[in-house]
Amino acid sequence: MVWLLRLLFWILIARPLVLVVLGLNVRNPERLPLRGPAIVVANHNSHMDAFVLMSLFPLKRLAQLRPVAAADYFLKNPLLAWFTLEIVNMIPIERPGGGRKLKRDIDPLQECTEALERGEILVVFPEGTRGDTEALGKFKGGVARLKEQFPDAPVVPVYLQGLGRVLPKGEIAFVPRIVDVFVGAPVSWTGRRADFTAAMEQAVKDLAAQAPQRRW
Amino acid sequence: MIDFDLSPNVGYALLGILGLLVVASLFALVLGRIRRDKDYSELRLRIRTWWVIVLLFGAAIALTPIFAIALLGFVSFLAYKEYVTLIPTRRADHRVLFWSYVAIPLQYYWVADAWYGMFIIFIPVYCFLLLPARMVLIGETDGFIRAAGTLHWGLMTTVFSLSHTAYLLALPAAGNPVAGGDGLLLYLLLLTQLNDVAQYVWGKTFGRHKVVPKVSPKKTVEGLIGGILTTAAVAVAVAPFLTPLTRLESLGAGLLIGVSGFLGDISVSAVKRDLGIKDSGNTLPGHGGILDRVDSLTFAAPLFFHFVYYLHY
Repeated sequence: MVWLLRLLFWILIARPLVLVVLGLNVRNPERLPLRGPAIVVANHNSHMDAFVLMSLFPLKRLAQLRPVAAADYFLKNPLLAWFTLEIVNMIPIERPGGGRKLKRDIDPLQECTEALERGEILVVFPEGTRGDTEALGKFKGGVARLKEQFPDAPVVPVYLQGLGRVLPKGEIAFVPRIVDVFVGAPVSWTGRRADFTAAMEQAVKDLAAQAPQRRW
Repeated sequence: MIDFDLSPNVGYALLGILGLLVVASLFALVLGRIRRDKDYSELRLRIRTWWVIVLLFGAAIALTPIFAIALLGFVSFLAYKEYVTLIPTRRADHRVLFWSYVAIPLQYYWVADAWYGMFIIFIPVYCFLLLPARMVLIGETDGFIRAAGTLHWGLMTTVFSLSHTAYLLALPAAGNPVAGGDGLLLYLLLLTQLNDVAQYVWGKTFGRHKVVPKVSPKKTVEGLIGGILTTAAVAVAVAPFLTPLTRLESLGAGLLIGVSGFLGDISVSAVKRDLGIKDSGNTLPGHGGILDRVDSLTFAAPLFFHFVYYLHY
């Protein structure tokens, strides 16, 4: 039953919201990995980011799309937890300093690893937080660890522009705007985790440099 | 229960427009076959988008007015959204922008309710005063007048002006015995869009002297005059079937739509030039954004509306 709810949510709410109420202007959509295992990494400014990224894929890929998000934030109440886990099909991840007790013996990336093994497509925001509106924070190292384990899974960088002004952190008022999406070429493995993380961050910055400059 | 309400004249006019589209599609097809060296994909895309627009509007007009009013409201929403995306806005104004969107369904509700008094002052008076008031309460004074001004200009053109197209449907049927509000709306849409195409074709063929080189370098005097005269001629020819206008009045309407369509077109061009962009978006394949398609209407709709309203209602 839950797959039906999930499908209805995407067809009736999420996609109309992203494609009609917002509207997307996507550059190089052909660079998106249509088959897993793959990882899409993007900058993070708004709760809408994951919905936008997931709407870039055809509906039949829905079951394979797994946004990765903070357990401490999204599992804090049962209703939100049900929505994010069942409907959005999110993989919760424990953040250090997230206020929840971390289990030392379990790898926090284990669910991500299993998902990649099943050939799923992860949607990750390596900044780890929505942070300050429209500023790119420092990337964290989780994706590099996954890439090391799955060298054949492409890591595709995406830059999202405008969502920080649609539904910024701390706002409940939703302001429709057309969103620019820039898809980059896959980031290749550099041999070292830290270098790879830096390369990924640079790839998103390079995409950001292509975006039209906004005044004010 | 969905009622069809379509006066015969409006039905014939819609068929005529579909006929024009068939001719245009065949023309593009033949052109593509003869001139294989040239790329006509842009033209084909443009015509295909015209099909979608015409079928959508044709269907909405053929149904009860509420469908066409809702569709025009949706066009306003898309145009305003494009505008909000393009203009520089202050982050502090997030809530103000939210409330400005709320004005769109309200404005079209006044139309559906045929509440003329509210329709005509809601944006020019209430939104004009209340949105800046909300800005002031937030307390950011840096760029206040620019923010309030750009926001109001957007609401006035994309919502207030465009909603005059919809109000044609709310006018009492007795004012236009031959085709009702549908006839007036179709007349206005047909002439503004035809005017765009005619000015383009005349300009492309005979254009020598630029009108406003700084704003829109491709616009020529020849295109402008040829377009206006073509629009006026069609306006006179079609008026008896779709409008209550006399021959002299319809000539006036044609000239008015021709000139105001041009002014609307170059005003949106000026906005884009000011912001340093080419197309307002990519919502309509081959046309650019919605704003690029409705630019002439933003001027032509209120002026034509008041022209007819003064003379016949």
